[in-house]
Amino acid sequence: MVRDVTAELREIAERVVHLARKAGADDAEVQVSDGTELTAKVRLGEPELVQEAGSRGLGLRVFRDYRQAVTYTSDLRADSLERFAADTVALARLSEPDELHRLPDPADLATSFPELNLYDVDSEPLDAAEALARAVRGEKAALAHDQRVTNSEGGTYSRVLGAVALATSGGFVGSYRGSYSSLTVEPVCDDEGGKKRNGYWWTGSRFVAALEDPEAVGREAARRTVAQLGARKVDTCEVPVVFDPEAGRAIVGMVFSVANGSSFYRKSSYLIGREGSEIASELVTIEDDPLIARAPGSRPYDGDGLPTRKNVIVDGGVLRTVLCDTYTARKLGRASTGSAGRGTGSSPAPTTSNLFMRRGHRSRAEIVGKTERGLYVTSMMGFGFNAVTGDFSRGAAGFWIENGELGHPVSEVTISANFDDLLKRIDMVGDDLILRSSTSSPTFRVSRMMVAGR
Amino acid sequence: MTSDTFRAPFAPGGEYEVDAEVARRLLALALERGGDYADLYFEYRVSADYVLEEEKVKAVGRGITMGLGVRVLKGDATGYAYSEDLSFERMAHAARMAGQIAAGGGAAAPLAIQPVVLPDFYPVAQPSLLMPPEEKLVILRAADQGARGFDPRISKVEASLVEQVRELLVVTSDGHWAQDRQPLIRFGVRAVAEDGKKRQSGSSGGGGRLGLDYFEGENKSPAWHGREAARIAIAMLDAREAPAGEMEVVLGPADSGILLHEAVGHGLEADFNRKGTSNYSGQLGNKVASDLCTVVDDGTLPSSRGSINADDEGNPGQRNVLIENGTLVGYMHDRLSAKHFHVGASGNGRRQSFRYMPMPRMTNTALLPGPHSPEEIIQSVKRGVYARRFSGGQVNISNGDFVFSLTESYLIEDGKLTAPLKGVNLIGNGPDVLRHVTMLGNDYQLSDGIWTCGKEGQSVPVGVGTPSVKIDKITVGGTEK
Repeated sequence: MVRDVTAELREIAERVVHLARKAGADDAEVQVSDGTELTAKVRLGEPELVQEAGSRGLGLRVFRDYRQAVTYTSDLRADSLERFAADTVALARLSEPDELHRLPDPADLATSFPELNLYDVDSEPLDAAEALARAVRGEKAALAHDQRVTNSEGGTYSRVLGAVALATSGGFVGSYRGSYSSLTVEPVCDDEGGKKRNGYWWTGSRFVAALEDPEAVGREAARRTVAQLGARKVDTCEVPVVFDPEAGRAIVGMVFSVANGSSFYRKSSYLIGREGSEIASELVTIEDDPLIARAPGSRPYDGDGLPTRKNVIVDGGVLRTVLCDTYTARKLGRASTGSAGRGTGSSPAPTTSNLFMRRGHRSRAEIVGKTERGLYVTSMMGFGFNAVTGDFSRGAAGFWIENGELGHPVSEVTISANFDDLLKRIDMVGDDLILRSSTSSPTFRVSRMMVAGR
Repeated sequence: MTSDTFRAPFAPGGEYEVDAEVARRLLALALERGGDYADLYFEYRVSADYVLEEEKVKAVGRGITMGLGVRVLKGDATGYAYSEDLSFERMAHAARMAGQIAAGGGAAAPLAIQPVVLPDFYPVAQPSLLMPPEEKLVILRAADQGARGFDPRISKVEASLVEQVRELLVVTSDGHWAQDRQPLIRFGVRAVAEDGKKRQSGSSGGGGRLGLDYFEGENKSPAWHGREAARIAIAMLDAREAPAGEMEVVLGPADSGILLHEAVGHGLEADFNRKGTSNYSGQLGNKVASDLCTVVDDGTLPSSRGSINADDEGNPGQRNVLIENGTLVGYMHDRLSAKHFHVGASGNGRRQSFRYMPMPRMTNTALLPGPHSPEEIIQSVKRGVYARRFSGGQVNISNGDFVFSLTESYLIEDGKLTAPLKGVNLIGNGPDVLRHVTMLGNDYQLSDGIWTCGKEGQSVPVGVGTPSVKIDKITVGGTEK
């Protein structure tokens, strides 16, 4: 049994709120987090790393005369916290007043919390030996699946148990626990010319019973790695590009990066002024839903202490809203969407919870089958996205599609288009959405992108 | 804050003073299950940040983290645990947890502890953390004014300053005791330009293991960075679609070192080579680049962001030649890989913090200068791309494919820079690209201190440097055929 420390964290958070107020803060918010991690990594059947530790941290934000300071400490001893609170209040005088630096309206705060099942008691009993054993099983299955798997970056099993509490002088107190377990297997193959091909597959869930079998993960990792053998460039051409769910979720994440209150008020989005208009093909609906039970990104309240809710960002191609926390919503003269995320030790900012493109009705096979000639992308590399202009250019790897079938593997090419065109050119959306990570996508096709190669 | 000297509590005279006896007892506990080797990594880090936005200092922040990481090695296996609580009881618990990696066997006693004599590559008279905060606000405002004064089309300016002091103490079971104090500042400005419906942004920044004296250097004043961010934003307003396909590319000096960092640097970190998963595995002594190329990783450059007096395993920072006139001559090592390759420490065992085990990492990675003038390099190109500023890069170690993203680049036509180009990626293969280096400039520069390298979830500050480089064939990921 792992002790439930949420009550203790709430007590610390409320105490530090009180200390900050006593030191002269008009208002204060405190987040305290507590976590333990166990990571076991094996390589070629032998243990490579066992890491086990617990850690705690406290973040404080104070407001004084509309000036703010944000501080962090890992020293939670009582006398240290008293000094820390006083120092933070003193620090606030350095910033300049911003009348929007104040707590949310008390009437907007969450007062009841949905039961989201974010913590799995069954993931508690794991010890290092069992974690190593699961990692070994995953890696062994990969090595056994195909003799072309000649090496390995290893198998890694990891489990995180955490608790977090937030208290504010506005009267909010909340806390919750979360768990997450995952297994990743990374096989390596030898290719021609001394090149290696690495690949990976993974399973992850808040609930240990929902994890795929280690053997299944290992076999899929091997299949994906071996499939890359002989990857080559293609000639530079403009063709349809199919994004598989792993590559597609990166695209979905980029939509959020240009559809949030922070990018809007900082003039860092090409979508400014486009709300209510078409920004994507009518096949595209993208939503953020923090209230899905057991899902990886769910949360019962947001980083400002507001209730969380489902937000449809893009509805049938039309930009409906952008995700806001309290501050960015005020900057834009609107209401928060309940999307504040908060790292312990940083200010709240708009974040996603479970962000996904809604599933379409086509099978993946159908999407590929309807593509006479094109690129099927399984992974992307690099940072080539300019949120201000929407210019998109990233490295890509995957498979060449010829006559509606996956052909030879492709690497060392880039795919480019303006993001506005990319979203509008989505002409097929798959039915294969799975909410495995906090950002997810089904397979989808963009009718035309520039593929730069030879 | 009232703790006005920012000295680590584990330092002499501190609340949790760690002396040789405490260290020896902890190491003995770590090794009691039969580990081959153990080390203790004490870290104390104070950081502060200041953000200016909309002409106001909107946020002031500070963070203090402290802890102990204990590592135990048994063969190639690592046991790792950490504690933020430096009471002996909690430290002893971490030591025992880490020691569990060794299942049985005789306990080895730690050797007598001797201090390691370290160089000082970044003497800082006054860490910026100890300077009055008001001076930092003046710096942010100067940057804001520099950017806004550059052109009326500048509509948004953000400036930030992050300062940090990190104290570390490494004690090893083979008897080393190494202490270092690592100051670091990083300054950045971002400007948005708007002209009718067009909007663009530009960034500039710098820093290093310096105090506020950083800003006294040439092209390093806050106002200069402000103007530079504005200049890029304005220049990019006229940017046009970049070309697509293989062509000649000229990389400007300094920041293009990212290409080196991605294309060869990571592949020469010896953990990948120890495991045989890098495309440079087994290539020592082989030709891996054109004769023009000599690549070094140098942790000893004065005050550079990537420099280290001691690495995070307690070994002195060093200058290591990796590629000499095109031939691969060495890797970068941590303790595990150095043992595997039967070589000495290279000063590359680094970690993000006490919560992570060390790995081979780069410090400041540089391509040494060549014989050509930058002008003749550009003049030699009929049609290609000139790359000046970058937002970052990424590599796949196994197959050597890497990308890096250009944020300021120009078309080269008939030997002259012509139109600015929209943001574009270059993609190449490490060993291929270095074989296609056909000209190397005499204009070597070290990048200003802005780069952070990520590997397996750990970030460390690094430097890069190059002269102008001509690559006669690399894929440019534009949209114009």
